[in-house]
Amino acid sequence: MSVSLFSRFKKQAAVLGFTTLLAAGSVHAADISGAGSSFVYPILSKWSASYNAKTGERVNYQSIGSGGGIAQIKAATVTFGASDMPLRPEELEKAGLAQFPVVIGGVVPVVNLPGVKAGEIRFTGPVIANIYLGKITKWNDPAITSLNPKVRLPDQKITVVHRSDGSGTTFNWANYLSKVSPEWKTKVGEGTSVQWPSGIGGKGNEGVAAYVNQIKGSLGYVELAYALQNKMTFTKVKNKSGHFVDPSLETFQAGAASADWTEQPDFYEVITDAPGKTSWPITASVFVLMYKQPKDAARSAEALKFFKWALEEGQSDAQSLDYVALPTRLVEQIEAYWAKEIR
Amino acid sequence: MTTTLNLRRQITDYGARIMATLATLFGLFWLVWILWTTVSNGLPALKWSLFTQMTPPPGADGGLLNAFVGSIIMSGLAVLIATPIGIAAGTYLAEYARNTRLGETIRFVNDILLSVPSIIIGLFVYELMVRQMGHFSAIAGAVALSFIVLPVVVRTTDEMLQLVPSSMRESALALGVPQWKVIRQVLYRASMAGIVTGVLLAFARISGETAPLLFTALNNQYWTTNLGEPMANVPVVIFQYAMSPYEFWHALAWAGAFVVTMLVLLLGLVSRALLLRKKVNV
Amino acid sequence: MFKSYFALAMDGPNKASSHDRHDKRADMLFSLVVKGCALLVLIALLGAAFSMLWGGREAFATFGWKFLWSSDWDAVQRKFGALVPIYGTLVTALIAMIIAVPVSFGIALFLTEIAPAWLRTPIAAAIELLAGIPSIIYGMWGLFVFVPFMAEHVDPWLDENLGALPVTGPLFQGAPIGLGMLTAGIVLGIMVIPFVASIMREVFLTVPSEIKESCYAIGSTTWEVVWDVVLPYTRSAVIGGIFLGLGRALGETMAVTFVLGNAHLLSASLLEPGNSIAATIANEFTEADSPIYLSSLIALGFLLFVVTFVVLAVARLMLMRLAKRAGENKQ
Repeated sequence: MSVSLFSRFKKQAAVLGFTTLLAAGSVHAADISGAGSSFVYPILSKWSASYNAKTGERVNYQSIGSGGGIAQIKAATVTFGASDMPLRPEELEKAGLAQFPVVIGGVVPVVNLPGVKAGEIRFTGPVIANIYLGKITKWNDPAITSLNPKVRLPDQKITVVHRSDGSGTTFNWANYLSKVSPEWKTKVGEGTSVQWPSGIGGKGNEGVAAYVNQIKGSLGYVELAYALQNKMTFTKVKNKSGHFVDPSLETFQAGAASADWTEQPDFYEVITDAPGKTSWPITASVFVLMYKQPKDAARSAEALKFFKWALEEGQSDAQSLDYVALPTRLVEQIEAYWAKEIR
Repeated sequence: MTTTLNLRRQITDYGARIMATLATLFGLFWLVWILWTTVSNGLPALKWSLFTQMTPPPGADGGLLNAFVGSIIMSGLAVLIATPIGIAAGTYLAEYARNTRLGETIRFVNDILLSVPSIIIGLFVYELMVRQMGHFSAIAGAVALSFIVLPVVVRTTDEMLQLVPSSMRESALALGVPQWKVIRQVLYRASMAGIVTGVLLAFARISGETAPLLFTALNNQYWTTNLGEPMANVPVVIFQYAMSPYEFWHALAWAGAFVVTMLVLLLGLVSRALLLRKKVNV
Repeated sequence: MFKSYFALAMDGPNKASSHDRHDKRADMLFSLVVKGCALLVLIALLGAAFSMLWGGREAFATFGWKFLWSSDWDAVQRKFGALVPIYGTLVTALIAMIIAVPVSFGIALFLTEIAPAWLRTPIAAAIELLAGIPSIIYGMWGLFVFVPFMAEHVDPWLDENLGALPVTGPLFQGAPIGLGMLTAGIVLGIMVIPFVASIMREVFLTVPSEIKESCYAIGSTTWEVVWDVVLPYTRSAVIGGIFLGLGRALGETMAVTFVLGNAHLLSASLLEPGNSIAATIANEFTEADSPIYLSSLIALGFLLFVVTFVVLAVARLMLMRLAKRAGENKQ
């Protein structure tokens, strides 16, 4: 008898074909899809689930990175894109896109120094910049010890940890360092990934967190949720008004509230180094990008309904995941912007 | 003189045997270590709800049902697309174009295709399908995966057919059997074990591929079996959950990793058992 | 040599005799179908290569040949060069093959000649399972388990014992952070072992037992049979298997990304972090924020194509020379 390979595959083909047929049978109503920033992935999937439970609508958001989100909305393969980095109004104009913030977070320096507790170390922006520039290399450098007279700092090399992947986190971090250090601005600059003068790169927040946890004497930066969830040793940073503040939802909120959102068109505003006594200096917001005149207007309108619900009623979801909801005043501005810009 | 020579031969032989045994232990050592990591992290998170519930938002209970189903659909479809094409192409290389320039070129090209980073395959299919269709879809994911399966199947089919002794071909052809029947009924049977191994290796490889799916199938928080929509899949879910800050998502990621690994193990064992039985029957 | 058998059979006495037209047509059809499928493989690669060349054209046009040996990688100044990723790719793949080839050979030897029969199947299955573990799991294991192990136990030892020596010194100096090119090379080696080993095993099994038995009968040891008979008999397939492994090592992405350190630095020390082409693409592709950046990443992908191409071409040349020499020896 001949058991040829092909007849075996035919059988498999029949089985799989059947599965596919089943698949085609259960077509859902058109879903809203979005993609982009990995930073908002947890909160957007939480909002989506809550909204789904309430309305039955399905908003599918996937984290592919902010750059990916921008590219995908420009290619119109998704209904909305999300980015940690705002696009310039000219660029929005060219692509026919509208832009608005949806949620606030922040970037936090974390250290691995045995015996040092969270919030004990105090940094200033310029000192962090000099460490990342490779100019301060030891923990007992006078520039650090003078800020921390009460902490005993070891004679140990500082291992700088940064993101290896391009990321919105890096953008906000580098943006802050550019604002506080002229040397950083000219030598390195800001971007989703930069040419790091020193250090090692971890993939994702998780990679940076893992490296900082493993390497003694290291300094890295992660988003607040990672610092809190992994119980990492975060530090205080001196803000624009000269106060040392701890990273927390309150200081993030203060940072976001003190920013002036009305001045720039399309909410083009990077809110690092915000003024205000209790403002966290490296506060960041995430932006959603949508077409002003979408091809699929119905789907776009559904997406706006979702964001309206999220901005107005999604605060508790946000807080439970260590994100800061937008201030009410800003939400009103955004809704006015929608009415004006998006059809 | 001869005794010293013999002694040296014996010692060399013993040395080789010991080294070979050590090499095997070395290989198994990593397997055990990695499996142990997967088991010790994945087993505590393994619950029945993993197979009955959808991927959850942070803070809620859930499972990976939609991701498992999506992965099975897309991987199955990929194997289905690539295997017949791959076997045919491998057959051409081994039986029709063994020493021709075209054959050599295609074989060479296939070797390169084997080592193209999967993210590049993802990009290619993104340009080919996603951009053309205007949205992400499961079918694009399946096509991307099939590009990874294809060269593996071509390669193994080619290799395995070449290893079939030419005496088998000659005797069949001498009996007046047409070539295509010789190939189907004699050569495929003789080399089936190897070809199936190749398909399984390829299947194992795509079961954990994240990069080609990220830009093609995307992923889906919800249940779908519609091939025209973004579809959930295990590797992307594992990746996204593993990179998140939340403990319960980490647990799900490890549980998913554990299940995928066990599935591959099971698949390997089952195919092996099937092959053994076949051999006895023949 | 093989193709002539078919030619002979076709032109032989059978041709004119009992073959009906149906069979001939089926033969024709079958050969056309398989040829078409083979051409599809060619088209697939050309398509992928062309789409990358097209995507990378801006980078090649902007940086020219400098793209190849510039170690710049600056997304802010928009200056890109491929030297660091190419170097890291080659070094890690080399380390991987140094580990994987002898180990795989040992495993194949063990499984075909040494192990008792009852042990062969389970161990072969176990080794092949190693190939089935998704690369993201290698990455997670590497990051959370293997990197700390290297940092605590292996790196300090290497630094102390080999770092001071004149020749190996520069290779093994550096802070013991656990990640770097050596770690990545080892992880890659482990990933490649099952591929190479299972092919070696498969091909060793194809050596006709008559040949092996006659060698044993005249008193050869196992090692002699393997080294002098099995290996020469299967040489081309063995090298093919090695290159299959090398191909995988060059293009592996996820696992490397987690353990390589991803720093755009050129350093001789294997303990220092580096970067590879695939890791760079995977790390930065989703966030590339300018067209030239994106184009440079795609151009890197094209270079990986070329690197693989060159590696395989060199291997083919060597193979041809080996085959030629073997032919001369026989005469």
